[in-house]
Amino acid sequence: MKLIYEKGAPGRHASILGKCDVPEVMPPVDDMRKEKPLLPEVSETEISRHYQALSKRAYGVCDGLYPLGSCTMKYNPSVDEDIAALPEFTSVHPLAPDETVQGSLTVLSEMEKVLMAITGFAGFTFEPAAGAHGEFTGLLTIKAYHRANGDLTTRTKIIVPDSAHGTNPASAAMAGFEVINTPSDDKGCIDLDALRAVVGPDTAGLMLTNPNTVGLFDPNIVEVTKIIHEAGGLCYYDGANLNAAMGIARPADMGFDVMHLNLHKTFATPHGGGGPGSGPVGCREDLVKFLPGSRPVKGSDGMLHMEAGSDSYGRMRAFNGNFLVIVKALTYVKMLGRDGLLEASRNAVLNANYMRVKLSDILPAAYDVTCMHEFVVSLDDLKKSTGVSALDFAKAMQEYGIHPPTMYFPMIVHEALMIEPTETEPKETLDEAIHAIREIYERSYHESEWMHGCPHTDSDWLHEYVPEDTGAADRLEKAVTTVIGRPDEVTAARHPKLTYQG
Amino acid sequence: MGSFVPGTKAEQESMLREAGYKNWDDLFSGIPKDVYLADKPLDIPEGKSELEVTAEMKEIADRNVRFRYILRGAGAYDHYIPSIVGRVVRKESFLTAYTPYQAEISQGILQSIFEYQSEIAALTGMDVSNASAYDGASAAAEGVMMCLDRKRTKILVSDSIAPETMDVVKTYCFGRNVSCTVVPSKEGVTDLDALKEMAGDDTACLLIQSPNYFGIIEPAAEAADLIHGAGAKLVMSVNPISLGLLKTPAEYGADVAVGEGQSLGMPLAWGGPYLGFMAATKEMMRKLPGRIVGETTDSEGRRAYVLTLQAREQHIRREKAGSNICSNEALCALTASVYLAAMGPEGLKLAALQSTSKAHYLQKVLESKGLDLVYDRPFFDEFLTSSESRESRDKLLSALEKIGVLGGLPCGEREILWCVTEKVPKEVLDMVGREAR
Repeated sequence: MKLIYEKGAPGRHASILGKCDVPEVMPPVDDMRKEKPLLPEVSETEISRHYQALSKRAYGVCDGLYPLGSCTMKYNPSVDEDIAALPEFTSVHPLAPDETVQGSLTVLSEMEKVLMAITGFAGFTFEPAAGAHGEFTGLLTIKAYHRANGDLTTRTKIIVPDSAHGTNPASAAMAGFEVINTPSDDKGCIDLDALRAVVGPDTAGLMLTNPNTVGLFDPNIVEVTKIIHEAGGLCYYDGANLNAAMGIARPADMGFDVMHLNLHKTFATPHGGGGPGSGPVGCREDLVKFLPGSRPVKGSDGMLHMEAGSDSYGRMRAFNGNFLVIVKALTYVKMLGRDGLLEASRNAVLNANYMRVKLSDILPAAYDVTCMHEFVVSLDDLKKSTGVSALDFAKAMQEYGIHPPTMYFPMIVHEALMIEPTETEPKETLDEAIHAIREIYERSYHESEWMHGCPHTDSDWLHEYVPEDTGAADRLEKAVTTVIGRPDEVTAARHPKLTYQG
Repeated sequence: MGSFVPGTKAEQESMLREAGYKNWDDLFSGIPKDVYLADKPLDIPEGKSELEVTAEMKEIADRNVRFRYILRGAGAYDHYIPSIVGRVVRKESFLTAYTPYQAEISQGILQSIFEYQSEIAALTGMDVSNASAYDGASAAAEGVMMCLDRKRTKILVSDSIAPETMDVVKTYCFGRNVSCTVVPSKEGVTDLDALKEMAGDDTACLLIQSPNYFGIIEPAAEAADLIHGAGAKLVMSVNPISLGLLKTPAEYGADVAVGEGQSLGMPLAWGGPYLGFMAATKEMMRKLPGRIVGETTDSEGRRAYVLTLQAREQHIRREKAGSNICSNEALCALTASVYLAAMGPEGLKLAALQSTSKAHYLQKVLESKGLDLVYDRPFFDEFLTSSESRESRDKLLSALEKIGVLGGLPCGEREILWCVTEKVPKEVLDMVGREAR
């Protein structure tokens, strides 16, 4: 497909601005650009069609199952978009006087109360724009705490389990900490003895996801946080997997001190092809004063005002957070309420276990016990017997109209596929996916060559392959032919071409 | 109670049994008893229907004041958003997709990012761009971090950048344990003499903003020469609309260009979501944080786009990565891309020209009413005036609020930082003048 640069013609443009109604003033000649920027020159018709064509080449939650583990690709309610588009929300300047933005302040204040109830924490900052931004914010909060205690130069180490998402160690490094990796035990959870062996007077804290990245709720979680506290460190809860825990268990009760949530996961705001997200950070009462930026506080005039904490360590972004994302999340929470949030978490866990059990005879979970909202299977055995890798398997799933699960993560599981169906999928969709996975598994033994070539850009195989089961016609209807086969990633990295060159 | 769980109670129960569980408590029996909430309800109100929640959220929204005209900038700008922008970015496939890890079914997202990168590179004159950062301030912080190396560990920041950007850069420096020193400003711009004294062997970079916080065009070429003379890099924060007219960071000699992309089609929205853009010279390419899309071919030679240069990133390098950025602001980058396509080079120039012309018009109007320019230097679409007293300043701003105009930002003792975009008609600027009497 053509780039937008390859469409249109010189001088072509949409009709947007009119004539200038004041005398024109040019900047000093020395400060003017020499050449006009190389931007598309297209009509509005071409813009409309270009992006329509691109959108057809993008797979969203609106297209089908998106069991991308650790990403919580649940349905994004339509009404949330309508509310976030209200001009009373969109047209407000971030530096407008507090008395003119009481609606925006109310959104923040109400959302903070909701998050406090779900997590058990005492206050939140909404500045972080994404999960990783939240991790960085939370770790700086821990750093500010140690600084206030005079321990800045001694408590320099953050403990991170080997199953952690890459952002955890990267965030710890950005916050100036040394990263100490700690191994998981044979059940995929924290190895308590190994943890005890690495804590000490240099421990600043621990970063942990619970349920963890293999989808298990750590049975020793209270003991884990106790070990860290006894060593004088703080515990950071990575809220990436909170969709399993709303109304089920609260991070504060588990012994955590600081956390972030991903509103773009747990609270159903759309991922937008890679953002904008929102990663609010909350903490226990005595740490709230360190949080960055300002929080809405009711003043003596009865109005809400933004107020910075007494020992705030700074600011994570220019203004008040990804506000419209927070509006969407609040709309979602208001609809679900306390029972709906519990129902969401329960069904997220139910759907995951339903799939886990239905696949356990062919692809047993790496840790085959009750999981939370996701589970990880290893294709190590399959690869050894057939040569079909997790990558091949994932690419084959594309042809069955399913977005592949997260691949090769966590690193402690070989040939990993991490499956998170979410609560917003009906049983039929799960059954279809189970069926497709079983069929792909079968084909791995008989058609490994075909698997290595997935995804295909033509659908001939569906006509040739006659599965014994019913539902083939149905799948034929849904089968996806991709617009490209596997791209050459090596060449892309060796000879980077990152812009249109004309 | 609203719900997005499709399964009926009966279906849920039958699935529970099929998966081998007696009931919900049985499903959650692995959770330690001392943290399991069992049936203890969260302290959150009962859920409501879509209809009820819509009414409730509209009531909350109505507590905000909508100004008819906005003469306030200082980092967030009320430019006109072409209609087509909103229509495109609300397409559900764009909205509900994740980061394009699976290239074959994400070519639409990947190509849109490639086009965005091309446009940002063209605007800034730089060689390469990433797929976006959180906002302009965090992009500036990430930009200075790109310049650190073992020998060069100190960062210089001009006093004339936005105070919010300054705060964010300092916060990121607090994280990395990096020293951050402020280069003073003189008559509204970076003090070059001071810079000359301060730049040394251990300086990693200088961060400047042009047009700066006061709207003034910085002596960026001189700053570039000075900082390069010390062997350090220049990180330049720029206003993307201004680049329809103004010299590019590349022409000034910047090594890294960053900025707030909100002006490119995103509403003010009380601060977000916004768009941090980041571009760099080819030499600095592998130090860029975040996602980058590259062009390649598929197995049959078809043009294809992929996430590339991933060896820089957190999921590969973990604690050795230059940045932790993962989710970014992809939909905002798409927004900017559609905006730039709708405006084209001529439309963007027009937006820049009208904004700066109208700002100059308002400045003259205000000057005739006794609100003098604080710094008499070339400015773009923002400028700082001084009122007679704090009282007269505040009185003017309240008078404007009463007629539906959000005036400039009150700063200091009696100053106002004004901003004018193409959206504000001449009559309104004249009206502001009448109120300033």
